[in-house]
Amino acid sequence: MATLTYRDALNAALREEMQRDDSVFLMGEEVAEYDGAYKVSRGLLREFGPRRVVDTPIAELGFTGIGVGAAMVGLRPIVEVMTFNFALLAIDQIVNAAAKIRYMSGGQIGCPMVVRGPGGAALQLGAQHSQAFESWYAHIPGLKVVMPATPADAKGLLKSAIRDDNPVIFIEGEMLYNQKGDVPDEEYLIPLGKADIKRPGKDVTIICHSKTVAPALNAAKTLSDEGIDAEVIDLRTITPLDQDAILASVAKTNRVVVAEEGWGFAGVGAQVVDVIQREAFDQLDAPVIRVHQADVPMPYNKHLEKAAKADATRIAAAVHQVCYRN
Amino acid sequence: MAVESPARARRRGTEAPYVDQYRDWLRMMILIRRFEEKAGEAYSLGQIGGFCHLYIGQEAVAVGTISALRADDYIVSAYREHGQALARGLSSRSVMAELFGKATGCSHGKGGSMHLFDAALHFMGGHGIVGGQIPLGAGFAFAARYRNTDQVSLTYFGEAAANIGSFHETLNIAALWRLPALFIIENNGYGMGTSLKRAASITDLHQRAASYGIPGVEVDGQDVVAVRQTTDEAVRRARAGEGPTLIEVKTFRYMGHSMSDAASGTYRSKEELDASRQRDPIVLLESRMRDLDMLDDAGVQEVEASVVAEVADAVKFAEESPDPDPSELWTNVYAPEPH
Ligand SMILES: Cc1ncc(C[n+]2csc(CCOP(=O)(O)OP(=O)(O)O)c2C)c(N)n1
Repeated sequence: MATLTYRDALNAALREEMQRDDSVFLMGEEVAEYDGAYKVSRGLLREFGPRRVVDTPIAELGFTGIGVGAAMVGLRPIVEVMTFNFALLAIDQIVNAAAKIRYMSGGQIGCPMVVRGPGGAALQLGAQHSQAFESWYAHIPGLKVVMPATPADAKGLLKSAIRDDNPVIFIEGEMLYNQKGDVPDEEYLIPLGKADIKRPGKDVTIICHSKTVAPALNAAKTLSDEGIDAEVIDLRTITPLDQDAILASVAKTNRVVVAEEGWGFAGVGAQVVDVIQREAFDQLDAPVIRVHQADVPMPYNKHLEKAAKADATRIAAAVHQVCYRN
Repeated sequence: MAVESPARARRRGTEAPYVDQYRDWLRMMILIRRFEEKAGEAYSLGQIGGFCHLYIGQEAVAVGTISALRADDYIVSAYREHGQALARGLSSRSVMAELFGKATGCSHGKGGSMHLFDAALHFMGGHGIVGGQIPLGAGFAFAARYRNTDQVSLTYFGEAAANIGSFHETLNIAALWRLPALFIIENNGYGMGTSLKRAASITDLHQRAASYGIPGVEVDGQDVVAVRQTTDEAVRRARAGEGPTLIEVKTFRYMGHSMSDAASGTYRSKEELDASRQRDPIVLLESRMRDLDMLDDAGVQEVEASVVAEVADAVKFAEESPDPDPSELWTNVYAPEPH
């Protein structure tokens, strides 16, 4: 096992897949000469040259669409968006083209591409730079949405995303890039659509993904000191959603908190709750509680920003609620 | 009495319309410079958070363009807008307080460095999505025309933003509808780490005006007088119903793209940066004024002292101002319900 940052784990995945398959290439703003705005693509230009590591102008709609076109005729583009806030400019090509090509062509033409980059809030970047958009993409049939929480998951999931024959929206966490973790030395893939039990437990299930995994684990630690044994399920992939993993855990614990970074209204957590109430209603000992960001644009002021975000304290409080503790 | 040299008299002649404004311009340019230096310091101290993009080197653009506007004209910009906000007349207190995220800031602590707004001054914001403000600027011009006022709208963006789709869509419509709009490309050579020549098929961006059938002008952005002259003509055209102008202002940014990248090293050399500093907009205006016997060392010191005091006061004000009340998290999401 090597200890890698989330950033370097992603970098390793890109490198290995580009070495394996010449049709894989990386394209986006500042990915080549600048080594990546967040340095995820560090060193790739030197290794693979400008044919396969391609700097673009600031033109998200154009270059993402070029990626879609290239994918339709057999290349495997990885389009880096500097952040998913800016991918909004490309959403027409992602939603109206990438997600629909296979269906509209009656299966003749596919779109094997990855759109990846950081999503969600960092620190005090204000309303236009602090948005978690996973539920937007998860809403669109034809797309897969992947959101790794740890370095090992980042590597294994990105490799699978690159090999997947569908358009995959791969949302990284700006706040996770420096996080370190063990990453297996040997080659491995993590299948898309499989959740992961990040901590087994029997009293309550905390369902989370991406940036809420760490606070959920922190909350679980605090709770265990109080005698509450929480299971933490990391969805890892939003679509396809691993309903089996969710339901197995509910059957075990009978109590659920769903935590996510994004806004609550029509968010990913709402979908999870729908699955649970439909398939496991009789197994619930309490209503499911959701923890999410305040349904407001993100404020700049640091105190307001902190108050807007889901954190370990709020997750623990929600667990108290579903356990009917104080 | 000394006889005036013919060269100096000529200069006096051509500059006559503006000379009485030089002193104000100089003070404003120095204010912007010192304000930005202080903002950089405050950022390093953690008093300012998030992203912070400094304007140092580009001061003549804000001052030369905004001085040509009336108080009821509209201005919209991107995230590198502290200098434009000050030139528009936002107080250094309200801008600094906003950078500090305080309730007294021009956006009440909710916007931060990238999102300065002042409705009363028709300063319609700093915007963080590259090119996102370009259609908005045309919208203000549309409204002016709709209401039959003779207001104009001025939109700033970087040369890299000129490659985004909204630039083309907006300029086409603005030209088609002859909107009273000025589109100002602040060409500082680099969009983050990418030089213009690696991002644009033609690098003389003002030439793109030809595809819309509107005038495209290039101007030296280090020369505040030249910037002002060019803007005056574009404003005149806009007010007269002759439609938009695309102005490419050639300028330099001395600092990194934001506080998180170095001024030189990775994507541009120290030599290139040093060369660009040779034509400093403040020094150029100062020497113009000295040539005209409008300024001496004591005069410069006087301006510096008053500006330094103003910036220090702004920082103190920002430091002492309160954070927004926690309940503000939930305000301004929707318009208040009418009672
Ligand atoms: C749509 C979009 N894509 C990418 C970014 C990230 N980004 C912020 S500023 C910038 C460079 C813009 O350069 P330019 O327009 O020349 O303005 P300057 O920074 O030089 O003032 C980039 C790529 C963004 N904010 N919005």
